Amino acid sequence: MAPSPLTGEPASAGQPPWAKALDHRDRGWWSDFAARTIVWLGGMSAILFIAAIFLFIATQGLEFMRHRLDIGAMLTGARWEPTVEPPVYGALPLIAGTAWITGVAMLIAIPLAFGAAIYIGEFARGKQREWLKIGIEMLAAIPSVVWGVIGLHVMKPIIQDVFGVQVGLNVLNAGIILGLMAAPIMATIAEDALKAVPDSYREAAEALGATRWQVVWKVVLPHARPGLSAAVLLGIGRAFGETIAVLMASGHRLMVPESIFDSAATLTATIAAELGEAAVGGDHYQMLFVLGLLLFVITFTINLLADWLVRGRRKSA
Amino acid sequence: MVNPPNSNANPNAATSATASASPLPSAPLLSVRGLAIRYGAKVALQGVDIDIRPNEIFGIIGPANAGKTSFLRAINRMDEFVPSMRVDGNITFAGRDVRTIRNLYALRSHIGVVFPLPVGLPLSIFDNVALSPRLRGRRQKADLEEIVERCLRRAALWDEVKDRLQTLGSLLSGGQQQRLTIARALSQDPELLLLDEFSIAVDPVTTMRIEEVLKELRQELTIVLVTNLVQQARRLAARTAFFLGGRCIEIAATEDLFSGGAKDQRTIDYLEGRFG
Repeated sequence: MAPSPLTGEPASAGQPPWAKALDHRDRGWWSDFAARTIVWLGGMSAILFIAAIFLFIATQGLEFMRHRLDIGAMLTGARWEPTVEPPVYGALPLIAGTAWITGVAMLIAIPLAFGAAIYIGEFARGKQREWLKIGIEMLAAIPSVVWGVIGLHVMKPIIQDVFGVQVGLNVLNAGIILGLMAAPIMATIAEDALKAVPDSYREAAEALGATRWQVVWKVVLPHARPGLSAAVLLGIGRAFGETIAVLMASGHRLMVPESIFDSAATLTATIAAELGEAAVGGDHYQMLFVLGLLLFVITFTINLLADWLVRGRRKSA
Repeated sequence: MVNPPNSNANPNAATSATASASPLPSAPLLSVRGLAIRYGAKVALQGVDIDIRPNEIFGIIGPANAGKTSFLRAINRMDEFVPSMRVDGNITFAGRDVRTIRNLYALRSHIGVVFPLPVGLPLSIFDNVALSPRLRGRRQKADLEEIVERCLRRAALWDEVKDRLQTLGSLLSGGQQQRLTIARALSQDPELLLLDEFSIAVDPVTTMRIEEVLKELRQELTIVLVTNLVQQARRLAARTAFFLGGRCIEIAATEDLFSGGAKDQRTIDYLEGRFG
């Protein structure tokens, strides 16, 4: 038998003494196993909760949706009059209100957020950069009801004065408020995406004599595009799901808006405003859950899209 | 080939021209049979049979894309990090099939790896080298200091960093990080050391110093040396395998290969620098 080179003890054929460790699950192995199980449970709980919430929403509105609701008419109906007799459940005003307000919010939030992200990520240096980042994080932490109050008492008179309109609580007001709310989060995510671009890319481009802006435009932004798209989609999701601020700033008028100066109502605000008054289990109550289901499906689609954008790009890269 | 399990390990035979003639040492430490590695539909390596004996330095040479690095990755099951990578065939380490080994982490801790691109972990130089002993429960400061110094000396890095062991390892230059990676691999006291083009970012003089250390280390451990420098294989390896296009073309005693004993025309062409 060959002596083991380390210990000089005789080793059985192909069985040096240290090799026993390979057959033995030691403490390290078991703590790894335990930790793995715990984080697995954490991961699974996410799936479990999302499935449970979906089931809850779906079952609450299921009976009404299957027996007494024409979904096509619901999606295109221009009148939402749940309390008149007979009630009319046309969700178009709410869908249109949500779309208008989210659209205006994005027109405001995207340039603001990307501007902030590019400045902080690519141009600001040292202390200034740190202060700006702290500022943006604090902006993101402002409670939405505060934004609602700003819409109600600050934006309303400004809009009335500047545009000379009668109603200051409208699509424009809610859009601005939502845009300002969504921008900090989008800026943070966009800045992360820019930070993930390796510095060696910037150095390589600058060594060719590119200006800073050319580097940003030609090298950094294309590479960060999936992250930036995700930032936009998450911002849309944020604007879309916001309730209280938009309820306060939009005027909550249950009609399809025809311009940004019309008041409007959103899906979320309608659910929040009416669910407390609807008789539990009644048609109105169930209809609000159908709206919830609609919200769920739209948000889910947006998130899937964000995921697909990030992933699809990664695969091709 | 299957080696008879008797006869003493003969570490000094490695660089002598008579390596092939000397009696075969004990049972192989690493035994590879019918190894095939795929990335999705692309075959990186197929039909590889290799036995690596204890205390030998085994060289693997071949041009880019020959499957050398994939071979190393399969040995300590690094395929888990590449979702599309599939490994078929048998790899036996110390008599155990690495596919079904009970303690994968113990397997990896007995196999040291140096990747071609240096990876200085974002820890201090000292902590980089002390990481593996600490993972295995070594706590004594004096103990760790001794290990760190020994490993850094062996990797020919000690003199350059002994006064700044607390600075970040990731801030060292490329060549220094490469040597730090080697020191770290040695710190885990491996039975098998896989070196994947370790000298890629290291200057020639330092490379020679490390090569001297590797020759000494043969007393303690087994080394698989993947290299693009055929002369490095000649200086260090007792036996050398030539990989080409995902196949192992030839395995022979290194001196036989270099003194015109190669059987395959492709090996001769590669050694003479006609391609690759």
